[in-house]
Amino acid sequence: MKSGRLLTTVVAPLIALVIAFGIAALALLLVDIDPIAAYQEMLSFGLSTESLIITVNNALPLFVSALAVAIGFKMGLFNIGVEGAYLLAALFAAYVGAQFSITPILHVSAILLVAAAVGAFWAWIPAVLKVKRGVHEVISTIMLNYIAFALSAYLFLNVFRAETAGLTVATDLIPETGWIPSLNPILAWFGIEARAGANLHGFLFIAIFLGIGYHFLVNKSRFGYDLRSSGANPTAAHASGVDPKKMVIRTMLISGALAGLVGIAPLLGFYHQYPQDFPRNFGFNGIAVALLGRNHPVGMAFGALLFGFMQRSSLILDLVDVPKEIVTIIQGIVVLAVVIVYEIISRYVNRRVIASAAAATETAPDAPPVAA
Amino acid sequence: MKRNLRYLALFAVLTLVLAACGDGEGGDTTTTAGGDTTTSAAADTTTTAGGGTSTTAGGETTTTAGAAPDGTGRTVGMAFDVGGRGDLSFNDLAAAAWDNAIAEYGITGQELAPDAGGENREENLRLLAEAGQELIIANGFAFAQNVWRVGTEFPDTMFAITDDCPQDDTFTVVEMPNVRCMLFSEEQGSFLMGVAAALKSTSGTVGFIGGVETPLILKFQAGFETGAAAANPDINILPAVYLTQVPDFTGFNDPVKGKEAALALYGQGADVIYHAAGGSGLGLFEAADELSTDDSHLWAIGVDADQYESVGDPVLQEHILTSMLKRVDVAVDKAIVDFLNDEFTPGPIRLGLAEGGIGYATSGGFVDDIAADLDGYAEQIIAGEIEVPTEPAA
Repeated sequence: MKSGRLLTTVVAPLIALVIAFGIAALALLLVDIDPIAAYQEMLSFGLSTESLIITVNNALPLFVSALAVAIGFKMGLFNIGVEGAYLLAALFAAYVGAQFSITPILHVSAILLVAAAVGAFWAWIPAVLKVKRGVHEVISTIMLNYIAFALSAYLFLNVFRAETAGLTVATDLIPETGWIPSLNPILAWFGIEARAGANLHGFLFIAIFLGIGYHFLVNKSRFGYDLRSSGANPTAAHASGVDPKKMVIRTMLISGALAGLVGIAPLLGFYHQYPQDFPRNFGFNGIAVALLGRNHPVGMAFGALLFGFMQRSSLILDLVDVPKEIVTIIQGIVVLAVVIVYEIISRYVNRRVIASAAAATETAPDAPPVAA
Repeated sequence: MKRNLRYLALFAVLTLVLAACGDGEGGDTTTTAGGDTTTSAAADTTTTAGGGTSTTAGGETTTTAGAAPDGTGRTVGMAFDVGGRGDLSFNDLAAAAWDNAIAEYGITGQELAPDAGGENREENLRLLAEAGQELIIANGFAFAQNVWRVGTEFPDTMFAITDDCPQDDTFTVVEMPNVRCMLFSEEQGSFLMGVAAALKSTSGTVGFIGGVETPLILKFQAGFETGAAAANPDINILPAVYLTQVPDFTGFNDPVKGKEAALALYGQGADVIYHAAGGSGLGLFEAADELSTDDSHLWAIGVDADQYESVGDPVLQEHILTSMLKRVDVAVDKAIVDFLNDEFTPGPIRLGLAEGGIGYATSGGFVDDIAADLDGYAEQIIAGEIEVPTEPAA
């Protein structure tokens, strides 16, 4: 059993990666580009100090987004609404955070609280719709994304917008007490000096804390037990006293609160205001990272780092005349491949488990059909 | 349940892949036909509005008076905005001037285009600066804060930004010794487009499509609406349509959305529509062709480049009444030439009707009959008799 788990958790993603890079290499060959040279270029650029810092920075929002998605996955809930929730939450957080200035730790905490509250509220809507009216959360969260985009655009342009001299639109600057400091001074202790523009976000600690919190909540708490049993067999969970409606509401609230924190790393670590080009797509890419990491905090951390690395290292491709969209292809294929490869391997492992069980009982008449 | 889960997971994956596809779209750097033709075409057929008062804006790009400066061994980087090469307007104009500088002056350079959402503008600037480009063109107002940050980090690198001046994070315009800003009076040219639309409309209804609702594009709308009302006080101007709102910049490169908006406006009775939507404008031209009948010929007005020439498709050309010329190519060429001649000056440079940075296109000959009216208004604007607002009336 142990070797079977190792096989599925480590080998499956690796095979998926190889497949993805292989198919992307074929695509590159089709347009007469040497894939080896392109990958080498990505690797040498992606492994510079600055690139590694930016890789981690890129990974932070993806990781938090994956956590938000994964907690829903654990009980069979699909929160596709992380995208809209984090944009809305970041906008409110930026606006509220710019209104006052208090002690740094309190100020940052207040901003985090606002972001989490807005995110939780946004996820509460589909939760109520599901519990009261049976609206499937996939539909409602996707639709709510569009409402969130439109609502945030309206609020941004008409309500939260700062008085600006030029053509740029943004919210007011958050006072320095509300910023999350960069970790570069700590890196400097270790003799790592990064060039300007590459500041390791202090949000890293919060992300690690969230990852550990996720692990304990899901695997070590009463709530986590209810969550997992609801996911594995809702009927049995209900029969044993788990209220499915309460579980849906609670899980969506937690998922939403996490989603609200997705945009905090770039907001408090880099922009310090909500700008007109606030980064998007963390919500959608977070789904991929959750699938890639199989809802496991460590797996999702690796998945987020992988995506962050590809996002950063792809930038060099344009400078050497390789279309950087190739990285989008890799990201897409790696997610598809990981789902398929996992399925194949888990069937293989299941069969082995059944075979060994059959061998152990020796007199077993007919092996039961393989569970799909 | 397990089967359900699997389907849903697959669905989630598909959503994601689609999202990823959308993401990649438009961030490309492929050269499309038309990128190269822009300059020469515009140069041949342009009449600078204002009749005799200013010299032809055309021609200037390719042959900047006198001997071409020597750019051997000098590097100029180009950071495009959303849409990149192939938008047949704003970015292609900058590309044309830059390509010309590579061919004629012998400079070398690297170019980068941002993602569809434009989030990596700053990383692109920094990459170009790190790659050792001596002068970097930041082609778009959205670079304002990025140029401030990267320009501070690289004080020895020169920057030229289109449409806005560098601003710090409190939006204070910052005077930087290494940054030139190239500003255009788009409202003046758009005023003339409003005049042309009002005079050419037979239905008495005209419309405007903006790419992204930002103060920059509001300038186009303001000029257009004022001009249309000036030429015909009874004109019916439909409410302006914007394809996306910030922070979503995809409206500058989404021909499908552009076409939907145009179909809706034509459906409401408009027969002339002006667009300021970059690459999305192609959808407008297609809509004009699609809805035109033998009885009603629908017009579209292009922007930035002479789109009659840059679009090049005879079927669509029939519908391109004129284009508001915003000579980004002139400004970029000037920045490069000044830099090569060691005459690069920081600070704002304004290009309007008077300076030949703004004009209208006459390709196709559709506005020949109203050229006198257009030039008359242009002269009044240059003389200061007409002041064109930069924000639409509420």
